[in-house]
Amino acid sequence: MLLDIVFNGFNGLIVGSFYALMAIGLSLILGLNGVINFAHGGFMALAAYFAFTLVPYVGFWGALVIAPILAGGVGFIVEKLIIQRLYTRDPLYSLLATFGLALIIQDMLRTIWGAQGLPLAIPDFLNQPVSNTYFFVTGYRLFVVALAIISTAGLFAILRYTRLGVRIRAGNADLETIAALGVNIYLLRSANFVLGIMFAGLAGILAAGQLGLTPTMGDQLIMPAFVAIVVGGVGSLLGSLLGGLIIGVASGITTAFYPAGSEVVIYIIMGVMLVARPRGLLGQEGLLE
Amino acid sequence: MSNKGIGRRGLVKTGAALSAAGLLAPTAGFAQSNPVKIGQIDSTTGNFAVLGQSQIAGAALAVAELNKKGGILGRPVEIYVEDDAGSPSTGLDKAGRLVDQENVDFFIGTVSSAVSLSLSQFAAAHNKVFMCSGGHVDKLTGPSCNWATFRVCSTTWILTSGDSKTLVEKFGKKWYFLTTDYAFGHSEQADYTKQVTALGGTIVGGALVPVSTPDFSSYLIQVKEAQPDVLCLLLAGDDQINAMKQITQFGINQTIKVGGALFELEQIAALPEAARYGVWTFEWYWNQPGVPHVADFVKRYVAANNGKYPSQRSWFGYVSVHALALASEKAGSTDAVKVAKALEGLVLPPEIALQPGAPAFRAGDHQLMLGMFPGEVIQTGTYPNLMQIYGVVPGASLALPESATGCSLTYPA
Amino acid sequence: MSEISLPREAGAAPKRDMRQLYMLAGMAILLLLVPFWIPLVGGYTDLASRVLIYALAAMGLNLLLGFTGGLSFGHAAYFGLGAYGTGLMLDYVTSSTLLAMLVGVLTGGLAALLLGPLAVRRRGIYFSMITIAIGQMFYFIAVRWNSLTGGEDGLTGYARQPIFGIPLGSVQFYYLVLIFFALGAWVLWTILDSPLGHTFVAIRENQKRLTFLGIRVDRYIALSFAISGVICALAGSLNSLLDNFVSPDDLKYTLSGNFLIIAVLGGMRNFWGPLVGAIIFVLVQNYVSAVTQNWMTVLGLIFVLSVMFFPLGVLGFFRRRSKA
Repeated sequence: MLLDIVFNGFNGLIVGSFYALMAIGLSLILGLNGVINFAHGGFMALAAYFAFTLVPYVGFWGALVIAPILAGGVGFIVEKLIIQRLYTRDPLYSLLATFGLALIIQDMLRTIWGAQGLPLAIPDFLNQPVSNTYFFVTGYRLFVVALAIISTAGLFAILRYTRLGVRIRAGNADLETIAALGVNIYLLRSANFVLGIMFAGLAGILAAGQLGLTPTMGDQLIMPAFVAIVVGGVGSLLGSLLGGLIIGVASGITTAFYPAGSEVVIYIIMGVMLVARPRGLLGQEGLLE
Repeated sequence: MSNKGIGRRGLVKTGAALSAAGLLAPTAGFAQSNPVKIGQIDSTTGNFAVLGQSQIAGAALAVAELNKKGGILGRPVEIYVEDDAGSPSTGLDKAGRLVDQENVDFFIGTVSSAVSLSLSQFAAAHNKVFMCSGGHVDKLTGPSCNWATFRVCSTTWILTSGDSKTLVEKFGKKWYFLTTDYAFGHSEQADYTKQVTALGGTIVGGALVPVSTPDFSSYLIQVKEAQPDVLCLLLAGDDQINAMKQITQFGINQTIKVGGALFELEQIAALPEAARYGVWTFEWYWNQPGVPHVADFVKRYVAANNGKYPSQRSWFGYVSVHALALASEKAGSTDAVKVAKALEGLVLPPEIALQPGAPAFRAGDHQLMLGMFPGEVIQTGTYPNLMQIYGVVPGASLALPESATGCSLTYPA
Repeated sequence: MSEISLPREAGAAPKRDMRQLYMLAGMAILLLLVPFWIPLVGGYTDLASRVLIYALAAMGLNLLLGFTGGLSFGHAAYFGLGAYGTGLMLDYVTSSTLLAMLVGVLTGGLAALLLGPLAVRRRGIYFSMITIAIGQMFYFIAVRWNSLTGGEDGLTGYARQPIFGIPLGSVQFYYLVLIFFALGAWVLWTILDSPLGHTFVAIRENQKRLTFLGIRVDRYIALSFAISGVICALAGSLNSLLDNFVSPDDLKYTLSGNFLIIAVLGGMRNFWGPLVGAIIFVLVQNYVSAVTQNWMTVLGLIFVLSVMFFPLGVLGFFRRRSKA
């Protein structure tokens, strides 16, 4: 039994870092743009489909780099056309707008690429288990974990050491002031949105490598990402990482005891967190009240 | 907006495709002009979209063929396709529209069990025959049966019986189940359990997996620990695909034989080569050398559908329409009760059955005794040659006796 | 949450009251005569029942959303609980439609009453997230608890039973729905017109000020939450009777989103806004899919365009026009 828990826990960490990657983009957008991006899953799927189309030309690695950028481009257009008008309004409107956007994206994916599931080819050497006892640790899963860590670190570095990063952090604290100080907040918000979408794109491609592509794939990925942010703490990227890991592990361990509860448990954790400590583990108090 | 336009639009689209394939000879004149209307409720969006679309294509082909030969009872056939989006309330809304506005004579379709159950209730309440093309839930022709509902696709029992014996005899007696936690999964598991234990096998473990689970690693860990001979995968649609990929990634299929019941051609095509394996029961397969009419049907379907080969879903749709046509001709009317009575015991002629044997609709539960095609996936196969069929097993030999289904039919007074 | 605030409905000049009365009377007549005129415009009675049910749910939600200022993205939970309560009662316990409805309403209402206080401890986006979490929890319970709810396949095997000996065909059922719609609307109107309702609106306008005035804002929001939950449960109960079927889809967050868009589309600040929104929404949902396979895009565009260009909804739009 103990072995079961350890196995499942370890495995949960792997799944969790996957959730974390998804949550990071969502958290970025929630932070500076103040938008609950219900279309996040849609962008994840969009990037995956772009990757699918690109792989025959540039291979998996090329697609991994280019597809998120393409998705980011679409995100840029969306931000300029739609989201930008909604900043001054109640968060309800941007939520509904992204909700509608999610519907449109899913439909467009189905119309353009068809309803059938499509496989995304990942490099063969990644497709093997690393060892026999730890058979569930495949090269690919390690790769996902590694990428999650690297990109979070990379994002952290951007936020810490680049001008863009400093501005994003300052903007999170007080947008009006930095606008007064001469920062182009329109551009800043666009850049932030695109960055968040690119993370979604990355997560989407990695997911597709494991799960394949369907037009509805965004739906099942968005809720855990949501929960990860709330648990880890809004406004904290390290928190999103942590949140993702926690719900991954919780879900994994619950599967060992009571598989039927493995989804409900993440909502229970979220519920408890919201009631007891709504800022989340590492979030800032009152950030979104 | 003219509502009739939908039916014509659907026909025009098929007609365009068919005429491009040179199949649309100048249509025979129709003896009467008031059309026979069929309402098809199927998924064009949502999780079952790809299966629903095959059913729609099969039905469209049948409608075109009927119209070429003079229609039903001399009347042209129109088919109205509505999306249920996999949701029963949407399906019911559309069904309501089709009855109240289009005044359809019959209903066909559905992939989702939930939609088939709700549509079945609706059809009986509104005096329309419902030919369920693709909803597999046992109780549709079991405890929840009614006089208006007939089914083309198999019951869970027939489906699982199709390959349970083969799996036990060829691969082993210790079984482990991975089942999606919903009614269909539960029925499959219950049925397999009965069959396997009757054959002397043992169930060494099982796990119920929530719908839309993206990650199976925790479950697969348990599978490895249990060390069964056969891993029986009873997962819903996309979940099955995910699981199979992850099984390959973890190397589980190298030591454990994977098999199960429902796995569709459309789904196999979506798997990367490494994940193509397993023993499954098909309900119809396009490649039947030596069986008359099949190759011709396949040719016509491929021509009308841009090179896509017919899957069992296409066949379901095709049979649904033709069965209704045959029964109407036999009854001499499209009245629901008369057609229902004519369907009971109706034997499908070879050019519709497209398989050896003569499947017929049982009077006791309205279930078609279709043949099962158990087989193994060819790993290196290219579309459409993806399955190696072991043989055809007649449904009548696999089905539960009518008395055991729990179905009792009462006709309206 | 304080963009353009419109003058409240009640208590304006006498001339406006008369006009309102005429419009109300006109609406009442239209609604009473639906089974007669709806086939003429290419519709059918069950569709009208669906419109009223969704309108009722959205109006209930709007008490919280438009008039108290609480963005709940999980109200389908109470709708669904009402539906399941009613369905289960008819399936297993009773053959009295009214009793089943009562149980449904109590189930949903009780849930809203108990869970509201949990949600209101936080504001803003946190509040919304809690409501989402609650909604998802009920959804998964409905899916998992197969033996009771039928799981994904849904609850079948029951049908609405005659009330006082009158069988409930489409037309009769429509009038039942109309009665309860009127009842629900009357309750909501009375509340909004009362000091309680004025407090709700005041909370929407400026929560901080009310707190300074010593008012326990969270208690009022919780009350608004509970009342809106009861109304949604009533709508859900009627819905399960319309379909003779309940499935977890009746609890899903997508349905919550639909109720929200109905309220916004018709006009959140207007009492009758949700009714207008429901008419538009149900019509689009029903007819668009007959014309094109891409109904999801159409629906999505409606969401996007209406929040971008018609944030005040259809009724709000007309109001502004008449004032300009």
